[in-house]
This record gives sequence, C-alpha cells and structure tokens, in this order.
Amino acid sequence: MKNQLTSSAAEQPQLAANSVVSASRRLWLKSAASLGGLILTVGPSGLVMAADAAKFGGDAMPGGLVDNVLAFVSIGSDGIVTIVAHRSEMGQGIRTSLPMVVADELGADWAKVKVIQADADEARYGNQDTDGSRSMRHSFRPMRHIGACARQMLETVAAARWEVPVAQVKTSNHEVIHAASGRRLGFAALAADAAKLPVPGKTSIRLKPTAELLYIGKQHALGIDLKNIVTGNTQYGIDTRVDGMLYAVIARPPVFGGKLVSVDSSAALKVPGVLRIVELAGSPAPAMYHPLGGVAVIASNTWAAIKGREALKLVWDDGANASYDSAAFRLSLQAAVRQPAKAARNQGDSMAALAASKKTLSAEYYLPHLAHATMEAPAATARIVNGKCEVWACVQAPQATVATVAQHLKLKDQDVTVHVTLLGGGFGRKSKPDFAVEAALLSQAMQGAPVKLTWTREDDLQHDYLHTVSMERLEAALDERGMPSAWLHRTAAPTIASTFAAGANQQQPFELGMSATNVPFAIANIRVEVPEVAAHTRIGWFRSVSNIPHAFAIQSFAAELAHAAQRDHKSYLLDLLGPARKIDPRSMGNDFNYGESPERYPVDIARMRHVIELATSKAGWGRKLAKGKALGLAVSYSFVSYVAVVIEVDINAKGELRIPMVDMAIDCGPLINPDRIRSQLEGACIMGISLALSGEISFKQGRVEQSNFHQYEILRAYAAPREIRCHLVENSLEIELGGVGEPAMPPIAPALCNAIFAATGKRIRNLPIRDQISKA
Amino acid sequence: MTISFKMNGKPVTCNSADDTPLLWVIRDELGLTGTKFGCGAALCGACTVHLDGAPVRSCQTPLASVAGKEVASIESLSSDNSHVLQKAWIAHDVPQCGYCQSGQLMSAAALLAENKNPSDSDIDNAMSGNICRCGTYPRIRAAIKSAAAELRTSK
Repeated sequence: MKNQLTSSAAEQPQLAANSVVSASRRLWLKSAASLGGLILTVGPSGLVMAADAAKFGGDAMPGGLVDNVLAFVSIGSDGIVTIVAHRSEMGQGIRTSLPMVVADELGADWAKVKVIQADADEARYGNQDTDGSRSMRHSFRPMRHIGACARQMLETVAAARWEVPVAQVKTSNHEVIHAASGRRLGFAALAADAAKLPVPGKTSIRLKPTAELLYIGKQHALGIDLKNIVTGNTQYGIDTRVDGMLYAVIARPPVFGGKLVSVDSSAALKVPGVLRIVELAGSPAPAMYHPLGGVAVIASNTWAAIKGREALKLVWDDGANASYDSAAFRLSLQAAVRQPAKAARNQGDSMAALAASKKTLSAEYYLPHLAHATMEAPAATARIVNGKCEVWACVQAPQATVATVAQHLKLKDQDVTVHVTLLGGGFGRKSKPDFAVEAALLSQAMQGAPVKLTWTREDDLQHDYLHTVSMERLEAALDERGMPSAWLHRTAAPTIASTFAAGANQQQPFELGMSATNVPFAIANIRVEVPEVAAHTRIGWFRSVSNIPHAFAIQSFAAELAHAAQRDHKSYLLDLLGPARKIDPRSMGNDFNYGESPERYPVDIARMRHVIELATSKAGWGRKLAKGKALGLAVSYSFVSYVAVVIEVDINAKGELRIPMVDMAIDCGPLINPDRIRSQLEGACIMGISLALSGEISFKQGRVEQSNFHQYEILRAYAAPREIRCHLVENSLEIELGGVGEPAMPPIAPALCNAIFAATGKRIRNLPIRDQISKA
Repeated sequence: MTISFKMNGKPVTCNSADDTPLLWVIRDELGLTGTKFGCGAALCGACTVHLDGAPVRSCQTPLASVAGKEVASIESLSSDNSHVLQKAWIAHDVPQCGYCQSGQLMSAAALLAENKNPSDSDIDNAMSGNICRCGTYPRIRAAIKSAAAELRTSK
C-alpha cells in the first residue's frame, strides 16, 4: 500500500558481503596486526593512502560514501517521508541532523518526516562507523545530494502533470509549487509516479540556493527522539525485549590477560532464577574486539543473574599483568620521558639549541587512565535461529560488530544481522563491540535462545578499553624575550595499537598527530620524541583521544612560558602561534590529519587566532576580577576544527572551586545544526571538567581500584559551570566541514588549570585536580 | 510469594523474589523500560521513581518494601508530552543521549511538587544525585526554572 521511492531492505538484492574487515580503523587494525613491528610508521591514513593515494575523507573510509537516494529515502502515499539514519545516535543528535539535511534539500516539512535506524549494512549505506567526529563532516554532501535527488524526482512528476518546464517548479513545505500559476501538489500525490522515474544522474543535480534552506544552519529541527526520551519510550541497548529472552551477566578475569583456573558454581545454581553457568574462553592477545572470557550466569531475570554471579567461587590465574600498579607505572613513565628517545618530528636542532640556551624551562604533566563511563553500560541481546544470528546492541561500529560476531560464531557475515539501538552514551567505548560478541556466544551456548547481556557499572569501569595513561615532558629554550627558540616534547603513553597488535609499544602517527607532532607554534627548532611504553590493559579511543593528554600538557606549558616571560597569556599564545598562515600538515613530521586532504584541510593559523580572539573578547579577557576569581585560556586544533575556551573560576579561601562562566568558540566550518553543535560544546566542557577534576582509573595488583561512581566520580549538577556560552564561527556551506563531537574536549583541562593558576598561583600538572587546590 | 502495589496508578502483583530491587521488577517483570539502570548503588539517579510521591532510587528499593504503596515511573508523567517538565525539556532541547533523563525528570518532578520557585541551590540539592555524562546540567537547570515559572503563572 505504500508507494515508495525505494523498496524495503528485504526486497533489495543481497550484495556480497565484504569478507575483508572493513572500516577505517578496522582496516588499519587488521593490517597493523599483521605488520607487527613495522606499525610505528603506518597509521590509518598512511595505509589508506598507500592503497589509493587520491582518497581522503569519507571516500577513504571502508564502505565509502553512498549517496543513493533509493537506499535512504522513501515517500509513502500518505506523504510521510521516511529517511534512514545510518549512523549511531549517542547524544550528538546525528539521527536528527543527517535526516534534517535530506529533508531540507528535499523541501520536506520536518513534522512529516520519520527516521528509521539502519541495520549494519555498509554495502547499502556506506561507512557506518560513528566515531572520529566524522558523521556530519563526511555525510553532509551525500545527504544533500540524496535530498536533491528525491526533490528533483518529485519536481519532474509535477512539472510533467502541469506541462511546464521543470525549472519553473520548486519544493517548499512538503509541496511542489509552480509559482507562476499558483499550482501546488503535495508530496503524497506525487510519490507513486516519482518512484517510477530513474534516479537523476550526478551531473543533473541542482542544490537549493542557501537562501531557500529552512533547517540547515537555521531553524532548529526538533530532535527526532526528544519526545520519546521524555516519556521513557525509547529503546537503548539495555531495553531490548525479545520473547523467551534470558538474562546474563559475566564474571570476567579481574586482571587483563588473566584466565579462569576453576569455578565452583554450586551456590550460584541455588539462587532462584539462575538457569545455567557458562564458561567463556578468553582470547589470546591482542585483545581486539574479542571477549575477555570468564564465567556467565544465565537467569530468568537480571537480578537473579547478578545474585548468581556473586555466589560463584572463582579462582583466576592473573597472568602477565598481575603486578600492574599505577603508582609504579607512573614512575616508569616519568623515567622514560627523562631519557632520549626516538624522534617522531625533528625540525631544526632542538637538542643543540637547548644545550646552548642560557634560559630553559621544563615541566612534566601526568594524565591517568580514564574510563568512558557511559550512563548506559555496554548491553546487547542476541539470538540464533536456523544458523542466523540476530543482535540488538548499542554499537558505534555496526559493521565491525557483524564481522566480529560472525568470526566467533563461525558464520558468514551475511548470516549476522545487527540492529543498532539508541546508545546511552558512546564516547568511543561502544566502538568496540566485545559485548555484542559475548551476547552472541551466550545465545549459542543456550542453543540459540535470546540472551540479553547486561554489564553492571562495576563491569564497565573494571573492563573498559581505557583511555591511555600518559606522562608528557616539555622543555623549551627561551630567548631574551621569553619566546621559545627550541621545543622538546617527550610523550610516553601506551598505544591504542597494543589492543590490536600484541607488543605494540609506541604511540602511532594517528596518536602523535593529535596535538603532539603537529604543534603549530612558530618555533625554529621542534623535536617530538616517543619513548617505548608497554600496555598492561585494554587501551582504546576516548572522545578526542590523544589530544586529551597532549593538549593538556602543551596548553598548560604555553601558559607557564607566558608566566615566565611575565606576559599576558593571550598575547603570548598568539605570538607562539605566529602570523596567520596555512600550514601543510605533512610539514609537521606526520601525515596524519584526521584522514582529510592536506590541501583542503591545512592547519589554518588565522582560524586558530580568530577563535582565541572570539572566546577572549566574549569572556572579557583582561577585565578586573575579584580576589579568588580568574580566567584561564586554551586553544586546540583537532578533528580539523578549531576551538578556544576561556574558563572563569571562583576559588574561596578554603580552596573550593566554582565555575561561574565558560566561553567556548569553535570554527568547525559551516554550522549544519547549530543547536546540536552548542550541545556538543556544552557536553564536552562538562565532561572535560569532570575528567580534569576527578577522572582517574588506577590499578593495584593488576586490578582496577574503582568499582562504581563513589570512586570514579562524575561531575554533578552543583559543581557544573553555571553558564556555558558557545560562540560559533559562521562559514558558508562551501567551506569544508570540521568535526564537532570531540574538538571541544582537549582545551578544557588546560583552560581550567590555567585559570586555577591565575587565581591561586598553584600550577597543577598532575590530573586529576581533586584536592590539589586546597593543599598548600 | 507475591507482592502487590500500584504501578503508575494500576494495581500490579509481582512474583520476583522479595529482595529484588524495584528497578528490575519494573524493567524485567513489568516490562517498563523507561526506568534506567545506571549503577545499582544509588549513586547516579538513573533509576529514580516516586514511591508514594517521594523520589527514591529503585535500584536500592527492595520489592518487599513497596507492598501496598504507589510507585510512579517516567511513564506516569504523561504519554503525550503534556507535563510541564516534558514541555520544558523539549523547549530547551535538554537531552543528548537521553539515557539519564528519565531519572532527571523524576527528580525534577519531585522538586516542583514541593517547590514551585526553586532557587539554584534548591535545584543543586534536588538534582545532584542524578549524573548526566553528556553534560546537560545547564539545560536541565534552565528547563526546571522554565517549568516552575509556568507552574506559577498557571495557578
């Protein structure tokens, strides 16, 4: 009964599933593992470029970009426009923003748009990885193209009926209109005939003039899930309910790499509701997306599973990481940054300049492991019927979920269906689908019965793919004006590559290219060194990734240099950046530039200077403040966007901190959904402050010491900034898009610590801040 | 043994074990998934419901303790977004991922039931048991103030 521009997914010819693990990070990971010791020189962009030197951006992503209107849009005989969201919604608003672009270019009324979530199917939708602040950056133009295709098909039908040239008609508010005659037809009346037309060729696509766009960059489209969220009528990973569903939790080895020696499950089996105890084999290194193994309790409800797990008597062999200890590891990182190491960037001769300099300054900055702590811990449900597995999960990487589940169940990719639920937070944790694989293995153990796996908060904090721990040492040779003539940065941190290639022990180009090697300061001699550091736990991506420690160190050190030079931090920072110019990212020792073309995405110092001027002018930089109050500044280039932040602190005599105001300025290219850009800045600000104040995962005897939110504290309402003002730089739609979800994180911790220093004279170099302000 | 109570105004009888936290009874046995699991230790507020009108953390409320009482969850506010707080949440586009918002709304509803003109510190006190990892606190604060203002003018 529904006339559609497209047939349903089931009617589409099944395209051959790509048996090669496919996705930018996935592609690299597979290759990195096989390259072994060579990986330092090969980052994600490096490998992609080797495969095809011409490809950047979305085209370089496995699965690529798809702009086929038939895959994304259908219009019912009721006129309802259904648009597929192919990226995962985790709070960034992408299920609203991408369909909104389609709808706007189509001329649809947002109130008559329905959004459906794509299953994992990169052959059909193109790359679906929701990470790297890429979704809008890569999909804006394809989504516009798709909307324009659908619009032109409707316009063609209307023009033919009215026997007028198609150039004389246009869409607006869910109608096609012929202005000269005043005639109009609703989408409902045109959809059936439009569906019979061929899809317009790429060269015949005409985009709407910017002035005719209603939603893009302008009127806010109501969040597509908003009304359901406030009535509790949403489906996150943990909310899946399937007939006959069983409930499971897993006791995992408390030390990464540990193994089960024995389990006595007699008491657990006596807990009412407990049905089965299932041993899960661990996976040999590298960890990749494989389950950690352990012992699962299958029960008739979640609580029985949890109680059953408490009753297990478990004996573990802790393995090689049994002595991992954060305090000792920190000392080893400190020792590492005090020794010469292999250079990742070497411009001029920093060592000679430092040796010859009359005045030098050095400082070391520490950032502990951080846990993502998504409010919804990982959760997945799986069932297997007739050799086909169906998974419901809150995943950021749907296709990797298919591939990893298929690998573990020994199925073909096309026999695994992954339904992507809403994500109760992602931040990079849910890019790793280990939990979906666990659910699938448990369903297999239960003869295919549907099994919902819940991770408790303790599971989440103690078995995360943690943000790395790092020590950053910075040293500068200073001239008579207090400006650096030489820069030496040693960055010691376990690498994410260790999760995918056993033994990987140096940060990779994609990590170093996040604010370390590409430090954009106008300094003659720059050297960045990378000591070898082993990993003792799973290391993974966390919102803004290696920018967090690198920017914390560099932006703090810049303020320390300004102080040493007895200069205003802002004007000193502008001098450090030097004059407006475009820097080729390849000239900074490392090709990595977030996968984007170096020509189209140079590091633009004019834009960096501009966000500094914008944030500081809005914050009233330089104004007189009462005792205990001060402003702190930091700037960052990441995910090809520019962000400057000014944080105002108010610290009383007891050392208690309040944050009355934060001013954030971003230049992320054109502003597609400004309200959701603002909400991402607000969120990054609060998450950044939370991590800086209290974020720390520590290890003792190989075990994570924090179990729940009383030990891993998250910023609460009373301590949050009272006001966050977001200042968005306007750009035309022709400018390249930058990222939004991550770029506002890196400058937060240094801006906060710079403000604390300005207010109290106390320089904080070791995160988290905790009670360091009040300590003498 | 069974326990009877009122869930969102309707009488229900539950078979879960007496010590089962109300959270899991609501989610697993009654099938209402608007109430969320966040920590299992009354630390995050995601599971907040009203017990005889007062906000409680359902993850620390044993089933046996609600016998004969009235339990209200997010689904009780309204199913058509007509509750003053739901309207304010929509107007301020408060949620990001949305996962914690059921608990935030139930804490806010309990606050406004007692106090139609909450100060910032009243909001701090009522809302600081609810964690939002996405960082929607400033919008939650603004939405509560808007809703309170609407309540005051509509009286």
